[in-house]
Amino acid sequence: MLGRLTLDAIPLYSWVAMGGAAVTVGGGIAVFLLITYLRAWKVLWTDWLTSVDHKKIGIMYVVLALVMLVRGFVDALMMRAQQAVALNNEGYLPPEHFEQIFSSHGTIMIFFVAMPFLTGLINIIVPQQIGARDVAFPFLNSVSLWLTAAGAALVLVSLVVGKFSTAGWTGYPPYSGIEYNPGVGVDYWLWALIVSGVGSTASGINFIVTIVKNRCPGMTYMRMPMFTWTTLCISILIAFAFPALTVVAAQLTLDRTLGFHFFTNGDGGNMMLFANLLWIWGHPEVYILILPAFGIFSEVVATFSRKRLFGYKSLVYATACIAILSFTVWLHHFFTMGSSANVNAVFGIATMIIAVPTGVKIFDWMFTMYRGRIEFHPSMVFTIGFMVTFVIGGVTGVLLALPPADYLMHNSTFLVAHFHNMLIPGALFGYFAGLNYWFPKAFGFKLDAKWGIRSFWFWIIGFYLAFMPLYVLGFMGMSRRMEHYADPNWQPYLIVAALGAICVLCGIICIAIQLYVSAKNWGSARDITGDPWNGRTLDWATSSPPAPYNFAVQPDVRDIDAFHDMKIRGVAYQAPANYEDIVMPKSSALGPIIGALGFVLGFAFVWYIWWLAALALVLGLVCVGIRACDDDTDFVMPASEVAKIEGARLAQITAADMHDMQDFVPVGAASGAPLAGRV
Amino acid sequence: MTETVMADDILEHEEKKSLESREFGFWVYLMTDAVIFALLFASYVVLSKNSAAGPTSKELFDLGHTAGETALLLFSSLTFGFATIAMAAGQAGRVVQWLIVTLLLGLGFLAMEIIEFHGMIAQGAGPGTSGFLSAFFTLVGTHGLHVAFGAVGICVMIGQVLVKGLTLPVRSRLFRLGLFWHFLDIVWIGIFSVVYLPGVM
Repeated sequence: MLGRLTLDAIPLYSWVAMGGAAVTVGGGIAVFLLITYLRAWKVLWTDWLTSVDHKKIGIMYVVLALVMLVRGFVDALMMRAQQAVALNNEGYLPPEHFEQIFSSHGTIMIFFVAMPFLTGLINIIVPQQIGARDVAFPFLNSVSLWLTAAGAALVLVSLVVGKFSTAGWTGYPPYSGIEYNPGVGVDYWLWALIVSGVGSTASGINFIVTIVKNRCPGMTYMRMPMFTWTTLCISILIAFAFPALTVVAAQLTLDRTLGFHFFTNGDGGNMMLFANLLWIWGHPEVYILILPAFGIFSEVVATFSRKRLFGYKSLVYATACIAILSFTVWLHHFFTMGSSANVNAVFGIATMIIAVPTGVKIFDWMFTMYRGRIEFHPSMVFTIGFMVTFVIGGVTGVLLALPPADYLMHNSTFLVAHFHNMLIPGALFGYFAGLNYWFPKAFGFKLDAKWGIRSFWFWIIGFYLAFMPLYVLGFMGMSRRMEHYADPNWQPYLIVAALGAICVLCGIICIAIQLYVSAKNWGSARDITGDPWNGRTLDWATSSPPAPYNFAVQPDVRDIDAFHDMKIRGVAYQAPANYEDIVMPKSSALGPIIGALGFVLGFAFVWYIWWLAALALVLGLVCVGIRACDDDTDFVMPASEVAKIEGARLAQITAADMHDMQDFVPVGAASGAPLAGRV
Repeated sequence: MTETVMADDILEHEEKKSLESREFGFWVYLMTDAVIFALLFASYVVLSKNSAAGPTSKELFDLGHTAGETALLLFSSLTFGFATIAMAAGQAGRVVQWLIVTLLLGLGFLAMEIIEFHGMIAQGAGPGTSGFLSAFFTLVGTHGLHVAFGAVGICVMIGQVLVKGLTLPVRSRLFRLGLFWHFLDIVWIGIFSVVYLPGVM
């Protein structure tokens, strides 16, 4: 009846694991009680969980990411603590538990922090940047969100019921095969990846179609903001790469569950196939995480340097180049697996070539800042911190791209330091910059800058303290993922790294305080105009938070910096002669229901509860069938209501709220007088 | 009164726009599916010689049987094409008739595939026998699963044409289902030429 699910699944094997389970269950109960106490279930269900509004979906994605960031960071803290003390002793974590922790840390940070964070920011902002009223498929968007949440829930549940994978976040066979890993851990990992991977693929398709089909008049491709460009590129990457993850995860699942022989030691399996298929997804994935952050940096650096982005076209082409090249380098993740020297050389050179377009971008951002009027807003500070730190990661990356050097450094902490050096500044700092930059757009008030700056300093100092020692330790010969070690020379570095992790913890606490303080003082930091930073792109033309339809009238775009240009021409904040009816998508309960079924499906497969898996699958198909027969998915918001919302917004805005655009008006070179036809 | 008429107008306009997006989105979806098949093909090519002392492709494949499957599937694509032509002419009855023929051909294909799989497993050549057979069953089985989903889709669309008639959304869905069905045909041609033909040579 319950497959292999018995009372043994409760993690009694270590007090630390029990503690984790208790915190997870306690946290769940606390949230449940809080919502019940606030009598918020109905509002939560009708206004949020069933919503297909891209802004709300985006906010829910970011909330998911921040919650999972805390979970993934606790894993990091525990690993650093273990390695700081485990010189010639077992430390406080048994090996099997330590293995679960580094596996779940990587899985969570990639799939359930970075992916939802960037998808959330894209959801909130991209439709507004292209002057659209919604994404192309609002309902599919909701399904994507809930499938991602279902995957995250599977990882969280593994802490309470059973164990998580011990095979690392990449799960290489044969160790992840059923022979060496007979428990449920790897299955949890696989099903979390499969369920959330389907959601990500759907998001990719959604944003390709949104950007291709839903741009407003005048928004040509070469006028799209950089964040939209990077989104288009990564959506294409997602559509090409994520199917590979689905295939490789499905194959390993078949190996484990039905005794297939894709990747087994004997009977004609081939483990190299796994490494190839995994990294055919995995390398583009790195750029899926980083490119949106590059887009955010591009927006932030132009806005807070008060200049037009330098080299817009070169940034577009560099992004596209990186997107294409990202498919040509996957083999550099396993140079040591014995391909021929020529094969390794080809992939090594391809890898080094990626540094070229990336370098172009760094120069473009620096030239944007050059002679700009820089304002050190937290998002700008994160951007500058990124530029400095990311270059170090790039240099070590080029070093690792040399196959002979890689033979020495692979699987060492040098590699761990390298990819954290790419992903923390390159991705996470970008998302934090985006959080500080777009928070007022999503919520209508600004985040506290002081705590934002503090969080930045803790993060960047913590980052250097935590990862520079790992570079050194890599040179000293320390392998990654060691539960304990015997070399006393390593310990001082590991203690410094642990201090770095504590410093990052302070950074996370600062972000929590920043959110709390800002929410408490929201009245004094309200964003009346919808344009708190004197922004340049169309996302600042809407109100903050935007009306459900974003734009009452489709904007007319005439410049790369569309909204900046509208402000200079004096056409921003103008009421049109008359408003029109607007078609809006209806909320749907099917999104969360399909997500819940995805969770049940994964859980049932993990524990071999076949009847439940079949039931979830059939019910899921029924849901899709119901949706496929539904012709009544939209409603009309009448012009009168639109006029009311817009009228109320425009009535609030006084001339004093608007930014003075006098300084930005182009003037004649000789006369110094404003050019005709611009104002 | 006039307000509801106007609301209907813009609803219809938005619907048209949204259906256009859906059709483009469906092409993108098919591309993701094509990547899945491409990787399953690649896995098969890598593992096709790894029969691990078990039966080889030469002993297992029967080109006559495969030719029968191929004929059924290719003809079903043709009959779906006729359904599309009938749809363009606005003949709902004809559409349903051709869809039923397509469905029967598709089910015939599935029946033949099940017979083939069943026979192989009965001979001790199941997917757990060797890397070669794992890859074979996964690739051909994934295609078969797609055909099965397509058959369910045809049933749903027969129902929709009968109940709703050839409305704009029904036409769009039928068009997309057609894309899906023809796509499976192309994948089958790939399976025939990469799996079965080299397998018996």
